[in-house]
Amino acid sequence: MTQIIFDDVWKEYGEHIVLERINLTLDDHEFLAVIGPSGAGKTTFLRMLLSQEAPTRGRILIDGEPIAPEPTADRGVVFQRYSVFPHRTVLGNVMMGPQWAASPLLGRLFGARRRAVEERAMALLTRVGLAEHAEKYPAQLSGGMQQRLALAQALIMKPKVLLLDEPFGALDPGTRKQMHELVSELWEENAMTIVMVTHDLPEAFLLGTRVIAVERPRKDPQAPERFGATIVSDYETKCRIVRDSRRFEADRAQARLALVPDSLLSAGGTSAAALVKD
Amino acid sequence: MRRIINYAPSPGAKVILAILPFVLLVGVYFLGSSARLAIDPADKLMPGFSSFYASMMRLGTTIDIATKQYLLWWDTWLSLQRLFLGLGISALIGLVLGILVGFVPYLRATFEPFFAAFSLIPPLAVLPILFILFGLGEQSKIVLIVFGIAPFITRDVMLRVASLPTEQIVKAQTLGASTWQMITGVILPQVMPRLLDSVRLSLGAAWLFVIAAEAITAEGGLGYRIFLVRRYLAMDVILPYVAWITLLAFLMDYALRKIAAVAYPWDRIKAA
Repeated sequence: MTQIIFDDVWKEYGEHIVLERINLTLDDHEFLAVIGPSGAGKTTFLRMLLSQEAPTRGRILIDGEPIAPEPTADRGVVFQRYSVFPHRTVLGNVMMGPQWAASPLLGRLFGARRRAVEERAMALLTRVGLAEHAEKYPAQLSGGMQQRLALAQALIMKPKVLLLDEPFGALDPGTRKQMHELVSELWEENAMTIVMVTHDLPEAFLLGTRVIAVERPRKDPQAPERFGATIVSDYETKCRIVRDSRRFEADRAQARLALVPDSLLSAGGTSAAALVKD
Repeated sequence: MRRIINYAPSPGAKVILAILPFVLLVGVYFLGSSARLAIDPADKLMPGFSSFYASMMRLGTTIDIATKQYLLWWDTWLSLQRLFLGLGISALIGLVLGILVGFVPYLRATFEPFFAAFSLIPPLAVLPILFILFGLGEQSKIVLIVFGIAPFITRDVMLRVASLPTEQIVKAQTLGASTWQMITGVILPQVMPRLLDSVRLSLGAAWLFVIAAEAITAEGGLGYRIFLVRRYLAMDVILPYVAWITLLAFLMDYALRKIAAVAYPWDRIKAA
């Protein structure tokens, strides 16, 4: 269970107010999409969640605890670019997190423990469709593949929250569509919270279960920097109750399928499926 | 007529064109030398290739009476030893300081301006201080090289560390890396190719300092020999020695480039 709370958060750079009065409660397993015009502070919002920047006022709580003052392993991240390490192979990139966690001094594992991590990494790479590229370097991959690698690299740490900063902004439309499917499947499978910043409205509404728009509601022509952006609208695009009931139905179908004797299943998959449907 | 920049030589022509200036240089020297030798067979300024050969054979294959050494090889050994020690120590200092100062903000704020000022001290101007402090032996020569090169390498490594995308550093932290793990796992491997390049660029300066130090005081060394035989206008030794130093420097540069390509294949992929 992960709950994120923004409690009256402000972010100012000197005289310049970027964000003001941000109040938000995000429940577990939500997919929050943050939209807004360029320069409205979307990325600042994400950076605060990442502890790359600290709020000037107010506080951010994760599971009731104040957020750590520096980036930690409970929040994974995928940036638009540069989120993979060019000097490691694809497999090496995915294995970095677990190896760092297990070996503080060398940052490398050997023998059986290494093979175990390798197996986990390969499973994830297979999941994101990069298994056959495991020995390549990131520079040899296309943009979409690099982003899939960045996802796998973050997911192997099993973060509570996954932060995405315009992750598909640099991809072509076809690749972007594939990435949408992959991300929403991964979100469902790993039952985690995702916060995604995007400037693409259809993308926000397609993926997000909740969409917030960040914008400056007030403007002072004499001193435009004195009013910051805030959450101006907050849509629940996919009702939690609908999602919960759908998941429940899926689980029940699975359970009923398990009750069906194996002989029936082998006799014909279609008939067994029909049986479950009734 | 196309623009001149749109004419490119074929691969074969490229090889010939690359060799051409060398051949020209040798040819011009040969013509000049023959013309002078025709007037005065004992000419010292532009000796012929036969006297180069004779001198080098004498220095390379006969034992010198005073030092009991094959002079050419002994000089080469002494100079290379100084050069490698100096470059190695400089690279090590540059790597450690560059990474620490480039990566840790407090160290950076403290030492960056200091290094910027320090690297502007002309090394040859402090050579007398080095001689006073470290004596006239090997130590002062190596310190001179380090003094001349380490600040450059340090600053170059620092710049490289600073140019690594912030995204990578943040990502490493979200993967749970400590400062030590980021230095060894993210910074160091990405800085190494740049360090090798930086050492390559310093080769010329390193030779300059070796020869300058040897010219002033030494018992042997390529620079020492050149400055010693200068008294006798012995161009038949000086010119081959200069060519030999150039060849050694070229070979080192080539070796460093090959090492970088083999050890850091990802760096070349990125550049391509």
